[in-house]
Amino acid sequence: MSDFDSEAMADAGVENPKLPPHLELRRTRVLCKADAPTSTDTVQYSGAYASLGVDNSLRFDDFRNNFRVQVNRISHEDMEFDMVGVDPSIANALRRILLAELPTMAIEKVLIANNTSVVQDEVLAHRLGLIPIKVDPRLFDYLSENDTSNEKNTIVFKLHVRCAERGQRLTATSNELTWLPKGSELLKTSESLTSTSKPETYTSFTCSQDSMPEFAGNPISVYPDIIIAKLGFGQEIELEAHAVKGVGKTHAKWSPVATCWYRMLPEVVLTEEIEGKKAELLKQKCPANVFEIEDLADGRKRATVARPRACTLCRECIRDGDDWEKRVSLRRVKDHFIFTIESTGALPPEVLFTEAVKILEDKCERVISDLS
Amino acid sequence: MEHASFGDQRNATFALAEEDHTLANALRFTLNQDPRVIFCGYSIPHPSEARVNVRVQTTGDPAREVLKDTCQDLMLTCQHIRGTFDNAVKDFRMKNPPDDLTSQDMDSD
Repeated sequence: MSDFDSEAMADAGVENPKLPPHLELRRTRVLCKADAPTSTDTVQYSGAYASLGVDNSLRFDDFRNNFRVQVNRISHEDMEFDMVGVDPSIANALRRILLAELPTMAIEKVLIANNTSVVQDEVLAHRLGLIPIKVDPRLFDYLSENDTSNEKNTIVFKLHVRCAERGQRLTATSNELTWLPKGSELLKTSESLTSTSKPETYTSFTCSQDSMPEFAGNPISVYPDIIIAKLGFGQEIELEAHAVKGVGKTHAKWSPVATCWYRMLPEVVLTEEIEGKKAELLKQKCPANVFEIEDLADGRKRATVARPRACTLCRECIRDGDDWEKRVSLRRVKDHFIFTIESTGALPPEVLFTEAVKILEDKCERVISDLS
Repeated sequence: MEHASFGDQRNATFALAEEDHTLANALRFTLNQDPRVIFCGYSIPHPSEARVNVRVQTTGDPAREVLKDTCQDLMLTCQHIRGTFDNAVKDFRMKNPPDDLTSQDMDSD
């Protein structure tokens, strides 16, 4: 990653007049010493450097000029990207929204008709809840307390498995969950006994979900091959699972990400030339293989920092005495985040991030409208 | 939203319902970047109550207006993040077409 070298970083934070270098270093870098990291906080107050004549306020134009995103890896399930020029408070807000406030669909209600397996009903229901459902939650509404389950807020799945072969064991996986686009098939028993009208089920769908344009030819499925229960001979599970929309802060089963995290960009600087035996030693010390040996023209060997991104901050390289700590400076760039998102499958990771930013925008909008 | 300021419009505490560190910390950062703000901070009075108190003290402007401007700033920031991110993803897709597309030879190069 040559375009993320330290010179480019220093140029990015142009301020007039500039802070003295030792303060600029503390403002923009976390310094990792052998005992503990220092200068870990970000200087937020706009007048923090007023006595030096330096304005610490952030103009929106400055942000716009310096903010960069670079995607490193992207697939259906996960992505990694660099987000540069943003404060941890905003990066963290986005991470928190991804984990806890982006809605997905998850099984919330399980109607168990029969369960003779060794897995108890409540454990079974909990296991079902955690199965990711591959459907865009934006197509559904929240089911509030007084709502009836309909085709806009509920997805119904059926599971009916039975181990019929003597001496065999049957593994019920999430593949056996079948989508019921027409809603529940279980009848409310009390109703059907007393009234002569059409028997009621546990949902009231006005139309079949597979007739909706979003799902026509695109049936709703769940994440495959997740083991739900193992059945012995004669054991049977018959149930219906109702999935509704929710967010991760209510229960982790609604979290759209398996996990989502960021780390600050590691920066490794050799403050003096390290040559010969010491260079070999330094290369050997590092378990993450950050350093490389460079052959100089006159036959000498010099240590270079080849892969700073691999640095895990184990501090193995600065452990043996003060002189090593003087030679090698381990830092983290405070405004450079390596962001990783692992989706559970409901939405692709890049859509998740965009949606998370939209949620933060909505929050701001709500405060504005409350204030006006 | 509750809004407690005693006579003086420059100093106020805003209680944001149904919010937590997610918004409050981002707001605190954005407020601090505004030169009109002398002090700002937030607290969550009780962990089982979904509420944050945001304290704003300004050099002269009404705190309410400053907070409103700050929210606007944060929104603009978000929009810029979203735009930049979408472009970066598009760029990446252009340079690294997915495997199933390369096999179909959809790229002109």
